[in-house]
Amino acid sequence: MTEILFAVFIFTLSAFLGFELISKVPPTLHTPLMSGSNAISGITIIGSLVVAGEEGSPLLTGLGLAALILATINVVGGFLVTDRMLRMFKRR
Amino acid sequence: METFIQVAYLLASVSFIVAIKMLSSPRTARLGNLIGAAGMLLGMIATLFYKEIVRYEWIGVGLAVGGALGAWTALSVKMTAMPQMVAILNGFGGAASALVAAAEAERALLSSHPSSAYFLTTIGLSVLIGAVTFSGSVIAFAKLQELISGRPVTLPLHHYQSLILLIGSIVALVGYVLGGGRVAMYGTALLSLLLGIWITLPIGGADMPVIVAFLNSLSGLAAAATGFVLNNYLLIISGTLVGASGLILTQIMSKAMNRSLWNVLFAAVGKGGPAAAAADRSIRSTTPEDVALMLSYAKDVVIVPGYGMAVAQAQHAVKKLMDALSAKGIEVRFAIHPVAGRMPGHMNVLLAEADVPYERLYEMERINPDFPQVDVALVIGANDVVNPAARKDPNSPLYGMPILEVDKAKSVVVLKRSMNPGFAGVENELFFQPNTYMLFGDARQSLEALTQALKEI
Repeated sequence: MTEILFAVFIFTLSAFLGFELISKVPPTLHTPLMSGSNAISGITIIGSLVVAGEEGSPLLTGLGLAALILATINVVGGFLVTDRMLRMFKRR
Repeated sequence: METFIQVAYLLASVSFIVAIKMLSSPRTARLGNLIGAAGMLLGMIATLFYKEIVRYEWIGVGLAVGGALGAWTALSVKMTAMPQMVAILNGFGGAASALVAAAEAERALLSSHPSSAYFLTTIGLSVLIGAVTFSGSVIAFAKLQELISGRPVTLPLHHYQSLILLIGSIVALVGYVLGGGRVAMYGTALLSLLLGIWITLPIGGADMPVIVAFLNSLSGLAAAATGFVLNNYLLIISGTLVGASGLILTQIMSKAMNRSLWNVLFAAVGKGGPAAAAADRSIRSTTPEDVALMLSYAKDVVIVPGYGMAVAQAQHAVKKLMDALSAKGIEVRFAIHPVAGRMPGHMNVLLAEADVPYERLYEMERINPDFPQVDVALVIGANDVVNPAARKDPNSPLYGMPILEVDKAKSVVVLKRSMNPGFAGVENELFFQPNTYMLFGDARQSLEALTQALKEI
């Protein structure tokens, strides 16, 4: 039970932190914000690494491998494309 | 080893927070993104030290294939195609979360211990949210990429069907928690996949920023739900940050359209609103040469870009016009409506690509009071976001939506392909104003002719 409460605790605080952080991002950076935060949500990759690498049935490994490929596209593509965009924002 | 992994996860969490914090200014944003990427790498390396991981061959394959595909698309995608790129990446993230949860469900089925209701609930939620994110994003991608029609697609009683799918997914989820096993789990997945398709199909072009932001939020929440499944705080923190981010963007976008998220998801637009009879009303068509002359007498020019600029790939032509005007000592600013384009910040990225300094881009609230002093407002491929009916006509479907008040400028020039009404299917009063001139044609060609004519004056 304490474990569940602790997870909910972290979740709630993160939500408030997220709202605080994002409200400071100027509209001109909203697209990089989406692609960058999108790359961060690819964090699920660490779950897929474990499933793809642990001892398990072919079904489990298959699910893990599929998850890993999709998450890696998400992470690598997300960070790279964000970098490409942010490189273009210049001052006068 | 467990301590090392957890410390690495803590550092990764902090790096993500720092990354988003540094996005508060274009000067620090790029470094922030690098810090976020470094945090991700650290988290991944630490994970490889888990004692449960015994084989590395599939990990190698997955990273190589995913990395190559991700890098190739990220480096080759055009800036105008950014909305569909973000949409499909959202979908992949959501699908990955759902697949990890499904794998955990499969493992739990093999185990002799009964799973707790809490554990099953988190799996069910992760599958549900991840699946909706995936199928919804695929449809959004297909629409933005124009693989299918970008117009709203609705079946009879469409929104009731969506509601039934929503309820069905939740019922299947509850069934899974109550011991429904594999059938209930994959049932949840199937119904959620259909739900994602059903809520995205009726979304038309102009509503895309709302749905893309919403799917962005869902992809984060899916990761957070998977974090609950694995009891992994790094996933919970990162996923929730992204969920909050997407939710705020969704809110900003809905507000800019004067609609609620519920209204966007469960009510299609563009059906109502009788288009005023346009045939008997006169518009004034003009030529690039006349516009150039008008501009050469102006002191203060505001350019209003819209989706039409993206379609015509006209951002570089816009920059050349800006340079030509600046060379004559004319002040040029850009007015950006929050929902101009197909995703939040779409116009800003395109103009940044064309080397327009971001200090010249003005948000709606900041530039609206200035319009009465503006000599020429140049509207490039924008329509509904400059329709004065939003302010004046209570019968208009756009009524109440905050707009860029270009109609108050001394002169207005509208670059447009034809007289077709905008996405909402609403006639635009702006085009019939006595101080409005229409310059018909492809935006890029018109701009090039305009710049050329200006240079010859």
